[in-house]
Amino acid sequence: MDVNSLAPLLVAVPLASAAVLLLLGRRSDRWGHWLGLLASTAAFVVGALLLVELLGRPADDRSIRVHLFDWISAGRFDLSAGLLVDPLSLTFVLLVTFVGSLIHLYSVAYMAHDAARRRFFAYLNLFIAAMLILVLADSYLLLFVGWEGVGLASYLLIGFWNHHTPYAVAAKKAFVANRIGDIGLLVALMLMFATFGSLDFASVSAGIDGGLASTATLTAMGLMLLLAACGKSAQFPLQSWLGDAMAGPTPVSALIHAATMVTAGVYLIVRSAPVFEGAPTAQLVVTIVGAITLVFGAIVGCAKDDIKKALAASTMSQIGYMVLAAGLGPVGYAFAIFHLVTHGFFKAGMFLGAGSVMHGMDDQTDMRRFGALRKYMVVTWVTFGLGWLAILGVPPFSGFWSKDKIIESAFVVPEGAGEWRAWLFGAVALIGAGITAFYMSRLFFMTFHGKKRWTTDAEGHEPHPHESPALMTIPMIVLAIGSVGLGFVLQLGGGFTTWLEPVTGHVEHHEPVLPVLVIQVVTLLAVAVGLVLAWRQYASLPVPETAPEGSALTRAARVDLYQDAVNDAVLVEPGQHLTRSLVYGDRTAVDGTFTGLGRLTVGIGELVRRMQTGYARQYAATMLLGLVVLAVVVLAPRI
Amino acid sequence: MTFTVPDIAWAQLTPVLIVLGAAVVGVLVEALVPRRVRRVVQLTLTLVALGGAVVAVAALWNSVADTGGTEVLGGSLLVDGPTLVLWAITAVLALLAVLVIADRTATGEDAFAPQGAAVPGSGYEEAARAAGLEQTEVYPLVLFATGGMLIFPATGDLLTLFVALEVLSLPLYLLTGLSRRRRLLSQEASMKYFLLGSFASALLLFGIALLYGFSGSLRYAEIADAVRTVSGMDGLLLAGSLLVLAGLLFKVGAVPFHSWTPDVYQGAPTPITGFMAACTKVAAFGALVRVFYTVVPDLRWDLEPVMWTVAIATMAVGTVVALVQTDIKRVLAYSSIAHAGFVLTGVVALVQSGITAVLFYLLAYGAATVGAFGIVSLVRERGAVRAGAGAGVGAAARVPALATAGSASAGTGASDGTAASAAAGASAGSTADVVGTGSGADGAADPDGEEPPVEAEGPILGEATHLSQWAGLGRTNPVLATTFALFLLSFAGIPLTAGFTGKFAVFSAAVEGDAWPLAVVGVLASAAAAFFYVRIIVLMFFTSPHGGPRDDADDEARPGAVVVASQGFAVVAIGACAVLTVLLGVLPGPVLDAIAGVAQLLP
Repeated sequence: MDVNSLAPLLVAVPLASAAVLLLLGRRSDRWGHWLGLLASTAAFVVGALLLVELLGRPADDRSIRVHLFDWISAGRFDLSAGLLVDPLSLTFVLLVTFVGSLIHLYSVAYMAHDAARRRFFAYLNLFIAAMLILVLADSYLLLFVGWEGVGLASYLLIGFWNHHTPYAVAAKKAFVANRIGDIGLLVALMLMFATFGSLDFASVSAGIDGGLASTATLTAMGLMLLLAACGKSAQFPLQSWLGDAMAGPTPVSALIHAATMVTAGVYLIVRSAPVFEGAPTAQLVVTIVGAITLVFGAIVGCAKDDIKKALAASTMSQIGYMVLAAGLGPVGYAFAIFHLVTHGFFKAGMFLGAGSVMHGMDDQTDMRRFGALRKYMVVTWVTFGLGWLAILGVPPFSGFWSKDKIIESAFVVPEGAGEWRAWLFGAVALIGAGITAFYMSRLFFMTFHGKKRWTTDAEGHEPHPHESPALMTIPMIVLAIGSVGLGFVLQLGGGFTTWLEPVTGHVEHHEPVLPVLVIQVVTLLAVAVGLVLAWRQYASLPVPETAPEGSALTRAARVDLYQDAVNDAVLVEPGQHLTRSLVYGDRTAVDGTFTGLGRLTVGIGELVRRMQTGYARQYAATMLLGLVVLAVVVLAPRI
Repeated sequence: MTFTVPDIAWAQLTPVLIVLGAAVVGVLVEALVPRRVRRVVQLTLTLVALGGAVVAVAALWNSVADTGGTEVLGGSLLVDGPTLVLWAITAVLALLAVLVIADRTATGEDAFAPQGAAVPGSGYEEAARAAGLEQTEVYPLVLFATGGMLIFPATGDLLTLFVALEVLSLPLYLLTGLSRRRRLLSQEASMKYFLLGSFASALLLFGIALLYGFSGSLRYAEIADAVRTVSGMDGLLLAGSLLVLAGLLFKVGAVPFHSWTPDVYQGAPTPITGFMAACTKVAAFGALVRVFYTVVPDLRWDLEPVMWTVAIATMAVGTVVALVQTDIKRVLAYSSIAHAGFVLTGVVALVQSGITAVLFYLLAYGAATVGAFGIVSLVRERGAVRAGAGAGVGAAARVPALATAGSASAGTGASDGTAASAAAGASAGSTADVVGTGSGADGAADPDGEEPPVEAEGPILGEATHLSQWAGLGRTNPVLATTFALFLLSFAGIPLTAGFTGKFAVFSAAVEGDAWPLAVVGVLASAAAAFFYVRIIVLMFFTSPHGGPRDDADDEARPGAVVVASQGFAVVAIGACAVLTVLLGVLPGPVLDAIAGVAQLLP
């Protein structure tokens, strides 16, 4: 099988499945979920075949462009749609289809009692197809198609239970926040087209090498791309939608809002490496955004009592790590992607675990109502625990290999920059690791350890926690195995970074400002401190069933550090005022002008039609008069 | 005395000969063939003749495309590329129009009076209707008109031009007066058309005389030479050209020679309206292009202001007045005036691509026009249940109608909003309507072999032309309404319809010919015109029945619209027009290339 015929299948299969499920409607209710699972799995198999094919080639021959069709061809404006199969895109393909297939399987059981399960699977397939378009596109334009596609799928799935108004509002919020990012991407596209006359990655890269763009242009492009990434990946200051997005069914949170879609921003930045290489300022801003978000998310995560929202905050923080790494330049690209992959496994695993807990606890999400679940849900406890160890970065679990590398890279002084950067970002990454350990342990202990706090006053009846069915536990187990071993396997002999080298470029080893061993030890110490603090407060001491008032910081963190309030005050309210005044202006000035013109025209029409009296004599007179006028027009210049 | 027998290239004349020959045979058919089969024979003859004309044009195509055309009959006919294109367009549109004309619909009645000579409302008319007579002369008349239309744009001398004008006009005057319903309105329209047409013919003839006086010749080519060489007689030349142009502009319905259009289009039987709106315009513009491009191009600095004035006024008046119409046929009439203005921008451009653009526009416009009027002919109104009392009511109404027949010329004026003669006009107009309705009711009581369907709501009468009656048609008859909407969109020039391609072609020709102000006015007028086309679409699809525009409280008695089933002819014609409209909009390339390949006028 060759790449040219395989690659389009990746997109076509899930897309066709989504179309079938949506078009057939209820007729496919009985088997629709199996078709969805099959399509996703088939895409994974195709991805695996491509991997074998690519591994069989020499390293410098692993980037293959597959031309699909001429899209728009008009004069100088010539766009074609094509796919780019290279190590970076294939990594994403495998992550998306593998985790995606597991989550499809999980959803078969999780959504079993939902009347609209078939529609759910159609949207999931749609998401897979769109995400694959996003990562496989060989141009920014096609990437944008996928970018919008995943936004749509995300919107549809967050609002899947849109009969609850807050859920529909959450979907809308996610959509609007994403649109702001999309504007960034669009502006970046326009800048690129204006500067390079083309939008495919190869031409943009060649254009930058050829010196077609000034540093200022590249900086503008980079910042716009960063804005796009912030919208999609819930980075500061566009992060507020992610917590609300947890309104979607838990498998959606696992797939879209933890493992894959939200990491698209990281992909975009890594893919746009040539742009950022030429714009150090933009690169620095990327790093700063990553650093802010990683701390921001971690602090918010410490205060959330809702298990899914705490996980969402953690996702935000972890993506902050990836963005931070991506901002460091070539030294960090590979590790950003590495962390992205391992994070995809352990975070998806933990989300599925959270779903399993909710499944057993009558859809309760408040961790203050959990406790001591380890005895009742052993598989969930073990798999979640493995994910927990992974995210903490405890050796030899997956997270250790990837996160530690990012922290080390943060301690490297970038070329031509002050040493303060290495200290600042290194310290932030390190402290973040400590906070991460605290809030993740808090989450883990509150849920699975301590005493039962299953109060019933709100729920109506005593919950009977029980282990979930095999269809749900199998994906959790598989992901847990990934959480344990994937990092170790991928880093063996630098395998993963070497695999990505054709895309991210080869990097000479740089020494951090501190010895690597010191960094590792200090990081582990920070993790240990966080863990112990959490154990003391949430496992050994009883957890209050209602949240205590807490410090000012806790209260602020519970409401996402007032992000919504700030957005409301700074953006929403002025926006609404602006809209109202524009509508007013439109009604009076614009509409008024056109209504007036219309009235005037009709008035003239009324006048002219008076001449149409019906008398033939008058018609003849009109003709004669007209002729005389015309004769005057002709003869006047001659006189 | 020697007499040279002119060398006649008969082969080049076949399309004209077929049509005119069939027309003559048609007259014989009237005399010799029994009444029972007459309609079938006439219809077959007409369709075969027009189809034959198309085939003959196709047969001539290659040789003309190679040689650039020849003079026939000593220069009286110029068989060149534009001629062939115009012949093809005219023949095809006439063929489609004849299909609409031939359709008797499910009511079993065609659109024509049973006996044209009968005084409206007289006993003789009753008797003719009772006997089931039909005016099958319609077909030879259409063929004669078509024959004239074929010669009109092809001729190269002014006298033949005049003869062709009369050959095409006289049958049209007659046909206009033959409507089965609203006969007074129809006859009034016929009368007006005849009077004003004669006036225009006189202007043309006077112009021809002046040009002959100026140049000593009737040949286009020789006049054009004289324009270059003769000096000192500019007054004669300019007046002559102006009068000739005026005669032609009358036929295309350009302002200020447009006044007849709305009244005649409204009064004529609807299938005939479609025929003359499409085919006459093709022929007249063909002749206008030839005269303007070959006879007077050297006078362009003198005549351009006139043509610009006419084009702008035509677009403006057609658009603006169409906005305030309430009768669908009058809306389409004003729309055809506006379209004449758009075509004129292509004519005025005086560039080679202008000819291609004009020819294409005529085809696009003609297809949509025949289709649109075909649909109008199927949308009927239903009378009240009074089949038995119909004759009585009709007779009662007839007395004042005949009494005011003298002032009945104001009848159509009433529907166009007369101020001064409102009193007389309104009464006359409404009586004309009542007579029409009454005769329709009589038709229901007709002991004809094919009894029109009399349903509980009452008999099906004439066309429901008031716009308010079209409200909600999209819900009751989605296919028909959608097709009509397609034609309207083509009129409006929406992309992916033929109308858009046509407009684009003429406006770009105008820009190319440095007449960009005309193109600007044209685009603005198109934008305004889109309003009333879209208004009808909104009316059909988004308004509930009886929710449309109303005029002064006369709505209470206005029955709703019903769509009668076609016999099949009209459906074929409308379908073909719709296909043509879409095809020319989506894939105009081949047709545009074919026309551009031969669009070279013989000098």
